[in-house]
Amino acid sequence: MDGIGLEVPQGAVYGFLGPNGSGKTTTIRMLLGLVRPTAGAAWLLGEPMPDAAPQVLPRVGALVEGPAFQPYLSGRANLVRLDAHDVTSDPRTLRRRADDALERVGLAAAAAKPYRQYSLGMKQRLGLAAALLRPRDLLVLDEPTNGLDPQGTREVRHLVRELADTGATVLLSSHLLAEIEQVCTHVGIMSRGRLLVQGPRDELAAADGVEIVVTVPADQLAAAAGVVARSGLGDVQVVDGRVRARSDTVGPSSGDAALEVPPGRVSAALVHAGLDLLGFEVRRPTLEQVFVQLTGEGFDVAR
Amino acid sequence: MSPADSHAPLPAPAEPARRRGAFARTVRAELRLVLGRRRNVVLLIGLALVPLLLGVVLYVTQSGAFAGQGPGFIGRVTGNGLFLVIASLFLCLPFLLPLCIGIASGDAIAGEASAGTLRYLLVVPVGRGRLLVSKAIGALVFAACAVLAVALTGLVAGAALFGVGDVTLLSGTTVSVGDGLLRVAAVVVYVGLSMTGLVAVGLFFSTLTEVPVGAMAATVVVAIVSGVLDQLPQLSAIHGGLLTHHWLDFAEFLRLEPDPGVLVQGLAVQAAWLLVFGSLAWARFTTADVSS
Repeated sequence: MDGIGLEVPQGAVYGFLGPNGSGKTTTIRMLLGLVRPTAGAAWLLGEPMPDAAPQVLPRVGALVEGPAFQPYLSGRANLVRLDAHDVTSDPRTLRRRADDALERVGLAAAAAKPYRQYSLGMKQRLGLAAALLRPRDLLVLDEPTNGLDPQGTREVRHLVRELADTGATVLLSSHLLAEIEQVCTHVGIMSRGRLLVQGPRDELAAADGVEIVVTVPADQLAAAAGVVARSGLGDVQVVDGRVRARSDTVGPSSGDAALEVPPGRVSAALVHAGLDLLGFEVRRPTLEQVFVQLTGEGFDVAR
Repeated sequence: MSPADSHAPLPAPAEPARRRGAFARTVRAELRLVLGRRRNVVLLIGLALVPLLLGVVLYVTQSGAFAGQGPGFIGRVTGNGLFLVIASLFLCLPFLLPLCIGIASGDAIAGEASAGTLRYLLVVPVGRGRLLVSKAIGALVFAACAVLAVALTGLVAGAALFGVGDVTLLSGTTVSVGDGLLRVAAVVVYVGLSMTGLVAVGLFFSTLTEVPVGAMAATVVVAIVSGVLDQLPQLSAIHGGLLTHHWLDFAEFLRLEPDPGVLVQGLAVQAAWLLVFGSLAWARFTTADVSS
């Protein structure tokens, strides 16, 4: 674990990615003061942890490594029990806060059931409800959609967006790239105890350049390749009856403006050359490609 | 998130105010958990059955050949129901009470750790010291309930089966029912206080592991090994400091003039165990990594 500065702007949804064993959960544990770093310090919301835990943690809602509650207490009683340990919470508003939290995660109907009768998805929802028991500045959600059905996953995504809209900052750790891609505004990728890259999601995806794929009738392939090459794109290849070329960006910033060669100019050149343009596609790398490129294809758990 | 590289500095909110009565709230929640847990209720019911069973056996056999026999105070029960309380405590002390108390106190922290609920309590956040103290109070209250479960059913069953009369003390002197009741109450309190050292031992073991059964077993083993060592005359030098050595000194209250020296010594040994293992538990729990 080395020099991890997660920059999570206020109101952002930060996707925290990394292969299994890369240190995501350990980082979260340190941030929450559950584990002391062997050397160095952890800072959360600008405060040192775990020393400032009494001041910082009431502002932080956390779901760490799956939900865990007292099995013999009802969902509601579990929330009440957690709140009873909070020296700063107001017991007079507890009933309303608990009802609201249960309502938000769609657990109101099962609130009186013992926790051990909950399905995995319901347990996960109760974990979210506990994190929402009071207004928070930061939500740390470790794999919040684990075990949820597609409907539940959608609801959680929706909830996360909604929370971010109300000004809360969300740190979302997940191995589901699609999920991160859909909800997160910022992404950090971790591997072997190091933070490899972080930044706004769009910048990360654009940093790797775009690929332009041109489809023309087979007899015009060579001509099209020539036009594309002349327009300034590099690495022009004819593969599977299509012309592929790369347009590398100048520095990590988003948008077509940063491309050396705007794709629009390429398409115009092709048309101008009198070619029958059947397809013109600008491919940006998915988060998955960025992720695999950074962390490797290997299947081994990182040490 | 180091303070140096945060983009927009977050508005520093006023330090969240600590509410009055917050600790009492925590302790109430803990007691509700400990005393509401079905396993613990079953343990208490099991303990309460001991005097009932003993009373019924003695009642049925009281006109037989074995009447008035038995170790300890059992022979006196048929003559005076109050002695059923003493005899039952005497029977439960070597094993049943330590077992039940070991289960409850060994489970205190380790149970939360194994269920994963400990990490959620700590990020609430609750101070580790505060959590440990509330857990200790929960375990101590359970120990008190365990002793009371034996004592109260013993009293009720004894009174119902054998009646309550003037109490004949060990020295042969007879005192009034009121005095006798006071003495029995003092015995119950002494036995209850005798359990505090064991609770501290259990709490300490509970902070060492995430496997509650391990902590429970280790706690019970300490009580049993202490009892065994107490039997070895070769170790008489350390007998005075053993956890269980003074447990049966409650008999002092059944003498005409209880010797305060003996009683204070017994309580001092418990206080020492409580202090040592309480400190160990504190040292361990306030610094341990919680990774379950």
